[in-house]
Amino acid sequence: MAFVNLQNLTYKYQFTKTPVLQNINLQIQEGEFVSVVGPNGAGKSTLCYALAGFVPHFFKGEISGSIEVAGVESSKSTLDEWVMNVGLAFQNPFNQISGAKYTVFEEIAFGLENTGVPRDEIKVRVDEALRLTDITELADRSPYSLSGGQQQRVALTSILVMQPKLLVLDEPTSQMDPIGTREVFSVIRKMAEGGMTVVMVEHKMEWIANFADRVIALKDGQILLEGKPNEVLTSDLLAENGFGLSRYTSTAREAKKQGLWKKENLPVTLDEAVKGFKK
Amino acid sequence: MNIKIKDLHFTYPSGLQALQGISLSIEAGEQVAIVGQNGAGKTTLVRHFNGLLQPTSGSVMVGDWDTKQNSVAKLASRVGYVFQNPDEQLFSRDVETEVRFGPRNLGYSSEKMDELVKRALTLTELSDKTGDNPYDLSPTWRKMVALASVIAMDTSIVIFDEPTTGQDAVNVARIAHVIAELKREGKTVITITHDIDFCAENFERVIALSKGQVLLDGPAREVLGQEEILSQTYVDPPQLTRLGKKLGFKEIVRNQEEFLDALR
Repeated sequence: MAFVNLQNLTYKYQFTKTPVLQNINLQIQEGEFVSVVGPNGAGKSTLCYALAGFVPHFFKGEISGSIEVAGVESSKSTLDEWVMNVGLAFQNPFNQISGAKYTVFEEIAFGLENTGVPRDEIKVRVDEALRLTDITELADRSPYSLSGGQQQRVALTSILVMQPKLLVLDEPTSQMDPIGTREVFSVIRKMAEGGMTVVMVEHKMEWIANFADRVIALKDGQILLEGKPNEVLTSDLLAENGFGLSRYTSTAREAKKQGLWKKENLPVTLDEAVKGFKK
Repeated sequence: MNIKIKDLHFTYPSGLQALQGISLSIEAGEQVAIVGQNGAGKTTLVRHFNGLLQPTSGSVMVGDWDTKQNSVAKLASRVGYVFQNPDEQLFSRDVETEVRFGPRNLGYSSEKMDELVKRALTLTELSDKTGDNPYDLSPTWRKMVALASVIAMDTSIVIFDEPTTGQDAVNVARIAHVIAELKREGKTVITITHDIDFCAENFERVIALSKGQVLLDGPAREVLGQEEILSQTYVDPPQLTRLGKKLGFKEIVRNQEEFLDALR
């Protein structure tokens, strides 16, 4: 059975007129790395909230259908039970930093402290997590003294350290430098290979295609398309619906019109583009 | 209006040496992108341009004003600054009031103010949202409100700190259009960005910062082609530049047009 199972999920926030998610059916296997793409307002963050239990436990509203993770139904669980399995890194790290801790080290230890992990183990796990995301040198700084991208790494690390079975990431690299972004994708890939299930909202198509197993394209609260990264990210449907494309894809599409791209499939990654354009 | 920076050093109270000897000048009407690793000092640098931060040593001149001798309020008439996070700058109960706040404080006549507010709202496509509370809008539109509220001040220099973060393709195009309009009006635009493809397509000059110093500074084509040096500050060249290089193009290409020309 699928590790994540959304059945006919429809959700409307308390004060909005139309549902943000409409009849979503989605199954994700354990250890799968799924990326969610879509224009602003498509419902990507709300989908993250639904997976992380914030919908319906924190955000009220009207919900129908079911959300199941690791065989447990969300509506039959409580938020404090739910967070033992699922971790969410927020879109805006400023909203996630606790404000209760003086150093990055303590900030990352915060979740472990709250779930009763023994002190010695906390120290080992925080050190390990700091190494994993390469921020050991920030350990003694105040979370609020960091740059946006550094803060985003701290926010991500504070979730990774919890070793959730399902990791939900809402644009985790939006403020990161380009090579740092690639490194984070690579770390997430490794976590998935270690058995962690990952759902990641992102706009960076080149890295999604290089690292994710599957792409879900969301538009107006519905799944427009899903499948292998190259198939979804080169689809005409995406181009027509205001989705961002990798420059390799958009340029090859134009080149195809001019007879300069001969292959049937369009590229998303550098390798695919090199192969297709090479004379 | 130009900006002249001489041997600028800045150390935070914690002892962190964020800027370590930066000298550069930005001429009136230039479109400059600042790129570089997280923590390289990009935001620290631009916060010197409107006096939010004062040099530990060295100097920053905005036109004939030394930022050490002029208040942030005064510098605001020359330098507009759109924050990285719109939530740090929005406070009014509706979009119109928010956008009007800046020009009102600069003491423009009411006709001029009306005109500036209208233009800013049109340019950012907010004209149908003037009565909305900024915090009822999605993060995308809040970003546009932040842009509008600074553009409405009609300053000669406009700074954008990571304008495309978390924005979809449609909104990135909208922001590119705003920048092109400001350029057409002869404004100086200084933008911090990690979106290197956006940088290549919209800016003529690129400054790469690394560890509080200038690593590279020059025309976009020259700077963005330096793959090895850029990697020192965790920046990749634009996608099409990388592709052109792999395909053995002689010249450095920055955008689709240049790429397709080189391919023929």
